[in-house]
Amino acid sequence: MIVIVVAEQVLNGVQFGITLFLMAAGLTLIFGVMNLVNLAHGSLYMIGAFIAAATFNAVHSFLLAILAALVGTAAVGIVIEVVVFRSLYQRDHLDQVLATFGLILFFNEAVRMIWGATALYAQVPQFLSGQVEVLPGVPYPAYRLAIIGVGLVVALAIYLLVMRTRIGMLIRAGASDRTMVAALGVNITLLYTAVFGLGAALAALSGALAGPIFTVESGMGDDLLILAFVVIVIGGIGSIRGAFIAAVLVGVVDTIGRAFLRPLFALFMSGFAADNAGPAVASMLIYVLMATVLFFRPEGLFPRAKR
Amino acid sequence: MTAPRIRLVVTLAVLAGLALLPPVSAALGQDFYVDLFTRIMIFAIAAVSLDLILGFGGMVSFGHAAYLGIGSYAVGILAYYHIDNGYLQFGTAIAASALIALFIGWVSLRTSGVYFIMITLAFGQMIYFLGESVNQFGGDNGLNIERHSDFAAFLSLDRPVTLYYFVFAWLALCLGLGWRLVESRFGMVIRGAKSNETRMVALGFHTFRYKLVAFVIAGAMAGVAGALLANLTLFLSPSIMHWTRSGEIMMMVILGGMGTLIGPVLGAIAYLVLENALSGFTEHWQAILGPFLVLVVIFSKTGLLGAAGAWRTKSTHA
Amino acid sequence: MPEALLATRQLRKRFGGLVATDDVSVEILPGEIHAVIGPNGAGKTTLIAQLAGDLQPDSGAILFAGQDVTGLTAADRVRRGLARSFQITNVFREFSALDNVSLAVQASAGHSFHFWRSARRDPALREPAETLLAELGLSARLGVAAGNLSHSEKRTLEIAMVLASKPRLVLLDEPLAGMAPEDSRRMVQRLAALKGKVTILLIEHDMDAVFALADRLTVLVYGRAIATGTPDVVRANEAVQRAYFGDEAE
Repeated sequence: MIVIVVAEQVLNGVQFGITLFLMAAGLTLIFGVMNLVNLAHGSLYMIGAFIAAATFNAVHSFLLAILAALVGTAAVGIVIEVVVFRSLYQRDHLDQVLATFGLILFFNEAVRMIWGATALYAQVPQFLSGQVEVLPGVPYPAYRLAIIGVGLVVALAIYLLVMRTRIGMLIRAGASDRTMVAALGVNITLLYTAVFGLGAALAALSGALAGPIFTVESGMGDDLLILAFVVIVIGGIGSIRGAFIAAVLVGVVDTIGRAFLRPLFALFMSGFAADNAGPAVASMLIYVLMATVLFFRPEGLFPRAKR
Repeated sequence: MTAPRIRLVVTLAVLAGLALLPPVSAALGQDFYVDLFTRIMIFAIAAVSLDLILGFGGMVSFGHAAYLGIGSYAVGILAYYHIDNGYLQFGTAIAASALIALFIGWVSLRTSGVYFIMITLAFGQMIYFLGESVNQFGGDNGLNIERHSDFAAFLSLDRPVTLYYFVFAWLALCLGLGWRLVESRFGMVIRGAKSNETRMVALGFHTFRYKLVAFVIAGAMAGVAGALLANLTLFLSPSIMHWTRSGEIMMMVILGGMGTLIGPVLGAIAYLVLENALSGFTEHWQAILGPFLVLVVIFSKTGLLGAAGAWRTKSTHA
Repeated sequence: MPEALLATRQLRKRFGGLVATDDVSVEILPGEIHAVIGPNGAGKTTLIAQLAGDLQPDSGAILFAGQDVTGLTAADRVRRGLARSFQITNVFREFSALDNVSLAVQASAGHSFHFWRSARRDPALREPAETLLAELGLSARLGVAAGNLSHSEKRTLEIAMVLASKPRLVLLDEPLAGMAPEDSRRMVQRLAALKGKVTILLIEHDMDAVFALADRLTVLVYGRAIATGTPDVVRANEAVQRAYFGDEAE
């Protein structure tokens, strides 16, 4: 019995980690290549979730919903890249943080203006609504398994893209020497826009998949964004591999903490104390983890070499 | 007029204006302004405290609202347990925010640049979640505070005008302290570290210690703002610590002109007046404020004071 | 033979396959001006970085005034009296020249946890700074922001900041780099005037300056110290001649 509960929570943690990874991968890619801090990345996640949910509610096709989310969000991403970010690449990080903060305010409100202030209903598609027996006697929602599956495939795809293709080589090169790459005749502006679009698409995918599980509402991406930052800090900025490992770690630790700390505390504390201490410590767990990692490795687990 | 002169004039003008606001507002029959400007001054204190580390020290702390919250909660929690003594409440607010700033600063200042921004952001959010999850003190729903801080026969903070001048006194005090601080030897180390950290270390300064102390001072000052806020709203809510509030405070600093002390005060006035005016027009005011902020950052980095020629420029012995 | 003020014992440093410092043992005598010369890429700046504390050697020891300082941070070495200037000018661009030097004076005036009194108006900081800047010929430029000074003035300011801490030994990394000839000559005179007041270890490419200033030289080639001695002795050394002119003679 315990095994089922633990297994279920671990899987939930992994699934949450995958959601985080998709966010963090985009963020770290954009930061690694363009040295740009983008707080509005959470907004892209949110837009992806909204477009997917709205599309699904209208046409009842899951695949179409995902596609619409990817295309729509990438389009929005490219627009803000051209309009806002091009002025920000050469500016310092403080400016980037503040400008993208302004974007968050805008998008949170825009989403409310278009779809209203209440949460949008997003449902799990029919063909994924069942349960799968992952271990004998351990049923697990098929949808969540699907997310894990998609995440692994995407992680592999990104790895292959960055490590094995010409574009990937340009991405890695652009990360270490912008002027040199430009001197080689590569259109840096186009490269940046492409990388940004890819990052936006990843965020959109994360949001579109997460819709049926989390609530689709204004501001849904902001808290997740901070967690994505924690993931990147732990994993090392610019490292996809670091982002993956850190994301799964954070996802599992957070989920297990929230699920088991209160009952654990209740074993040796009064119910009242456990009710307060449990959730409190659980909410701090990841940050304590982050602080611990930083204490020993201020640049994360897989820091990239100095520019 | 030189930049420092202009700043001095602006400072005096602002302080004079704020001092005269209650009687003017009473004469106009618009008491609402006293409330609004009490709130503005509280955020001005928070913005000034952030300017100390951000504008002067180059430490981009994106979790500063947490200290506002800690100060508020210190007052609120003590009030919950029927401890209304103002000295005790404010003392605890300062001590608590200073202590937590010490821990957070100690971990965060080991990093720099983007890492520092992200880490302070994360820690700020951690404090927010802590506030949300402790159900005893209202958690998500917040908590009412029944009585104002009691400073015995000295003050009666339940009268709005008294509270206004109490906050005003704190603002003037913080500005004065800030001014002495940035011109002192300690201040020069902080400013030197912002300008050229490698050189500071090469000169023999252990910059980490100084930055940490500055971080703690800024946290404590924001804690005071929080304690004042609790007295204004008589309501505790973790939402005051949400990271978007940290962003707002940062905007105030930039909007007014960072690294000038009086700039953040102007920024707080401008931001909150703008927010107040816009939200009167439309409930979707954030859709206007957002792009406005983007434009400010892209085009006018030196803020209002910069426009007045009062920002710190290269060619002056400023 | 007086005891060395600064000495290295078998210092080694490699970066991957490149040996930057190869078993270097040199001694700098108190009061002397000692120049380190050598072709480009010989490892001179790496050597200075290790002496200053910015880089940790792989093996070997650094002794200052008889004490092992190999493990000390750069900041701590400065406090002991071992200061360095930078090859690329590294001043506080937003501060005035006076503020720059005052800050350097402040650095060696104990701790700076003073929160109230104005640092700018403090005579204990201003006066030494003004004197130093006067000695180096920058009196007219006290109030100018460092970022607005000419290149030569910036390098002079750089030296002033190093001297402000009243160090026992200064490491000067190409102090004349990029200076106009007239300014170079003046700087050489000022450095010569410092002889006896402070020990100087100097990296320089300008051979005229080196031979005018240095009491002794050490020649570094591929990370290895191939000769040490007075300028005449070094000039006559065969290995040195080969290193500098060897390829051409063949």
